[in-house]
Amino acid sequence: MSIVEITNLTVQYPDVKALDDVSFTVNQGDFLGIIGPNGAGKSTLFDAMLSLNTKYKGTIKFFGEDIRKSKNYLKEIGYVPQKPIFEKNFPATVNDVVRMGLRNESDENKIDEILQQLWIHELSNRRIGELSGGQLQRVFIAKALVNNPKVLILDEPVTGIDQQSIELFYSILRELNSKQKITIIWSSHDLDAVNKLANHVACLNRTLFFHGISEKFFSDDELVKQYSEASMQEHMHHH
Amino acid sequence: MHRALISGIAIAILCSVVGLFLVLRRYSLFGDAIAHSSFGGIALGLLAGVYPLWTAYGVSIVSALIITKIKKKYNISGDASIAVLLSSGIAVGLVIIGLSGGFTIDIFSFLFGSILLVSVDDTVLILALTGIILIVILSLYRQILYSTFNEEQAKVSGIPVEKINYLIIFMAGITVVTSIQLVGVLLISALFVIPNVTAIMYGRGFKQTAIISMSFSVFSVVVGILTSYIFDITPAGTIVLISIGLLGGTMGIKSAGLLSRK
Ligand SMILES: Nc1ncnc2c1ncn2[C@@H]1O[C@H](COP(=O)(O)OP(=O)(O)OP(=O)(O)O)[C@@H](O)[C@H]1O
Ligand SMILES: [Mg+2]
Repeated sequence: MSIVEITNLTVQYPDVKALDDVSFTVNQGDFLGIIGPNGAGKSTLFDAMLSLNTKYKGTIKFFGEDIRKSKNYLKEIGYVPQKPIFEKNFPATVNDVVRMGLRNESDENKIDEILQQLWIHELSNRRIGELSGGQLQRVFIAKALVNNPKVLILDEPVTGIDQQSIELFYSILRELNSKQKITIIWSSHDLDAVNKLANHVACLNRTLFFHGISEKFFSDDELVKQYSEASMQEHMHHH
Repeated sequence: MHRALISGIAIAILCSVVGLFLVLRRYSLFGDAIAHSSFGGIALGLLAGVYPLWTAYGVSIVSALIITKIKKKYNISGDASIAVLLSSGIAVGLVIIGLSGGFTIDIFSFLFGSILLVSVDDTVLILALTGIILIVILSLYRQILYSTFNEEQAKVSGIPVEKINYLIIFMAGITVVTSIQLVGVLLISALFVIPNVTAIMYGRGFKQTAIISMSFSVFSVVVGILTSYIFDITPAGTIVLISIGLLGGTMGIKSAGLLSRK
């Protein structure tokens, strides 16, 4: 079953066209890695998919329904933003923050369970502003998971996190996808990690450069080279 | 005296709760802005021969909602929109007073409060509004907290963030005009901000912080009213000074390294 269906998505900001005629589908159980250099339009894509930006051309369907028509699909989605922004001295504990995401009060036990699963149960009484980057990231994943989402969307979440935490994070993602059958859409700069984890790849650089099974992409040296060159060019262009 | 204490405690609780959300939204001076715009409302009431508090409620709430809308539409920063609201309220008030040839209103009690003179009707109104607002906040607790913590994520999780924002502005409007009787227009912000800034240094979780803030707020108001009664001075000043004393003390404890959050 197709979970997400994107057709001819174009996003034009005042100064740049961030996405140009992008189309792809994500099926139930996919682990999709979206790769692309800085400014490629990954966050722009997610903003449109989450209805945070509604000024786009084209259609986005979740579970077969146009997201312009109904926002109900959001109930089935867990989202981990690229940079979780909040007041540094916000008086909330880890527990408070994870609980904020909880739509159904009766799922109280769920919180402990998820905190355990993400190795943050010992932090549950700490103030949110006092955590390290890796801890914070796991808290926000926990928050995204409390309502048993069908789809987890993660925007480039490993920047500035040590290797050990990254490994932990990857193993958590793998488990969520394989054991709990959660469809994952994940943007990353890390080609190796995408190669290891994802079963589908989308290469984005304003336009969709490649979309398909990850082995197909990574076994095609020409494609990988092309991609790296395109990103490199983009990189030079930016500096 | 009983009436003053009862109304004072209700207002203290109300301001600390509503104020906590404003402070965390970086809207600390919003209370001030609404209070100043209520000046326009009071002048209007006096001109029209209506009970000025009613027009004050109307004008403050409507102008607060309008400024929020404008702020969003034209992407004006929070502090600038507060400045606009603040000055336009006073300006409207001054023009109305000028046009009507000036009235002999008790401007002093408006500026600095007159809780010792609070009537039975006012007390009932204050208690009712406090009750209603607290019930609304408790029943929408998660939605309000989440949209205060991070608007974008709250939106993605399906919370009607814009409606919640307007609701908070609306409740802040009611709270401010209600509290004018306690501390007057000029010191409103103190009640909104000081107990919360103090409590944030102690509290770890959100509920704990809110309870600490309420306790400080009620303590300041009760001790302030009693002291001012004994020495026969306006309560507003003593109330605010006591809460500043609590803040100063907390800062002292904190910089001495003695404050560890429980
Ligand atoms: N709100 C916005 N208004 C105007 N332009 C924007 C906005 N957001 C992004 N852009 C532009 O759109 C392009 C794509 O940005 P986007 O944030 O989607 O890239 P990204 O792939 O997420 O990059 P990164 O890897 O750095 O996170 C960039 O050129 C950026 O400057
Ligand atoms: Mg991005």
